[in-house]
Amino acid sequence: MAKASQAAAPAVEKISLLRVLGPAHVWALGVGIVLVGEYMGWNFGVGKGGAYAALIACWFAGLLYTCVAMIDSEVTSTVAAAGGQFTQAKHIVGPLMAFNVGLYLVFAYTMLEAGNAITIGFLVDTVANMAGHSGIDQRPFIILSIMFLAWLNYRGVLATLNFNLVITAIAFIAVILLFFGVAPWSADSPLKHADLMAGDAALPYGWIGVVAAMHFGLWYYLGIEGTTQAAEEVRSPARALPFGTMAGIITLLIAATLTWYVCAGLMPWEYLGQAGVPLFDAGRLSGSTTLMVLLGIGTLFSTLASANGCINDASRAWFGMGRDHYLPAWFGAVHPKFRTPYRSIIFLVPVALVFALGAPLDQVITFSILSGLLEYTFMPINVILFRKKWPLDTIKRGYVHPFHPLPALVLLALCAVTYFAVFLGYGTQLIAMVGFYIVVSLWFHFWRYRFVKRGDQFTMPWPRPRGY
Amino acid sequence: MDIWNYLEYAAWILSVVFGLYILIDWFKVDSTYSEELLTSSREGELEAMTEKHKL
Repeated sequence: MAKASQAAAPAVEKISLLRVLGPAHVWALGVGIVLVGEYMGWNFGVGKGGAYAALIACWFAGLLYTCVAMIDSEVTSTVAAAGGQFTQAKHIVGPLMAFNVGLYLVFAYTMLEAGNAITIGFLVDTVANMAGHSGIDQRPFIILSIMFLAWLNYRGVLATLNFNLVITAIAFIAVILLFFGVAPWSADSPLKHADLMAGDAALPYGWIGVVAAMHFGLWYYLGIEGTTQAAEEVRSPARALPFGTMAGIITLLIAATLTWYVCAGLMPWEYLGQAGVPLFDAGRLSGSTTLMVLLGIGTLFSTLASANGCINDASRAWFGMGRDHYLPAWFGAVHPKFRTPYRSIIFLVPVALVFALGAPLDQVITFSILSGLLEYTFMPINVILFRKKWPLDTIKRGYVHPFHPLPALVLLALCAVTYFAVFLGYGTQLIAMVGFYIVVSLWFHFWRYRFVKRGDQFTMPWPRPRGY
Repeated sequence: MDIWNYLEYAAWILSVVFGLYILIDWFKVDSTYSEELLTSSREGELEAMTEKHKL
């Protein structure tokens, strides 16, 4: 059997992931995961504290994620391997942190994928209702979205991210066209900010509403840090990763601001704060059928792009953990023809299906946000240790972020505020999630760590850390 | 039966087709290639060859 296997195997002795991606794919991966947050979700912050609260949350979350993007760009331009922040933690902090960060990544992306699939079912149901058909079964559309995107990811990373590039670009252009469509500079513009945000509507719950809105401020940008998962598949990591990530956060800052501006000017905060698809509603209220259709397509495309990017990122993190024996090495396999981490992609399909078919959307998304928040808390610790152990004159970086350690400290402070905001709305889930990570950390420390190949896991050709 | 009912059936069928494609290909790959080859990917090999990290 072994001989037959060897005979059938190609001449190469080793197979690895394909290095075929460029900066545009990195942009498509990062923005593709996030843009759905502009199409839906961010507006629940309006319900927590009014339109101004959502705008303040948009700015502060924008600051938080700008820090994330800068810090990530510097570290990942030197740690160019699948697994992203997991691999960073492994090299810079230690194995227990790496195990936790790997799980944060897998949970954040798999839960978000499940949330996106639920949303696709909801969108199909909405369109069917508008067409006069009620009571459609959403399950086949939820399952199809996960199966189709898993198949696409299984077949190869280039086609997967080319697909993301096209649909993400269309969804982003739709937001820009909506802004020009409502023509804020015109006297005939349907935007009514002065009327809709006056008096009690300005800050209906005061400043505590602003803090509570921070939880949903994350939706504008949640997932941009996923660009690092492409590190082992980009042709030039030191150039493409910082460039794609920074272009991505700039795109999202523009999209978030335009989204808030148009929606807050078209809908009263009481409606906007609980709307399922606010940008689509804005398209309808613009009075243009073309814009309504375009924003409808944008909503669907942004949801698909997010689920697609999530499958890509979760599978790379799982693959990286398998390859380093943090999980069974079986998951570290690469498809010999498509050059994808195929077993990790397959393994996460039933996990996503279980959550998409069996859990409510707000719970699924909250678990995703909490895992993401834990990951953001790790980042400032990571970069401070990175600069301390390997100062600028010891390792060549593709990008050096400015004003260190200010971005790390700002990120840490904003994470603390957001924990409090999440605790206000989802305290039980926050405690349950932290409890879960404590239990799995104990399992890793007392059992799994014995399987990790300790000497082999430090793969970067870096000098000895300063002080060691 | 209207178009939406047909779309539901089409979604079920396509889901099964994509699932079967993945499962059959997975079985073929795992039975054709050795485990050693499939798990031969190593982190950082390209960097070790091309990046010297010299300033």
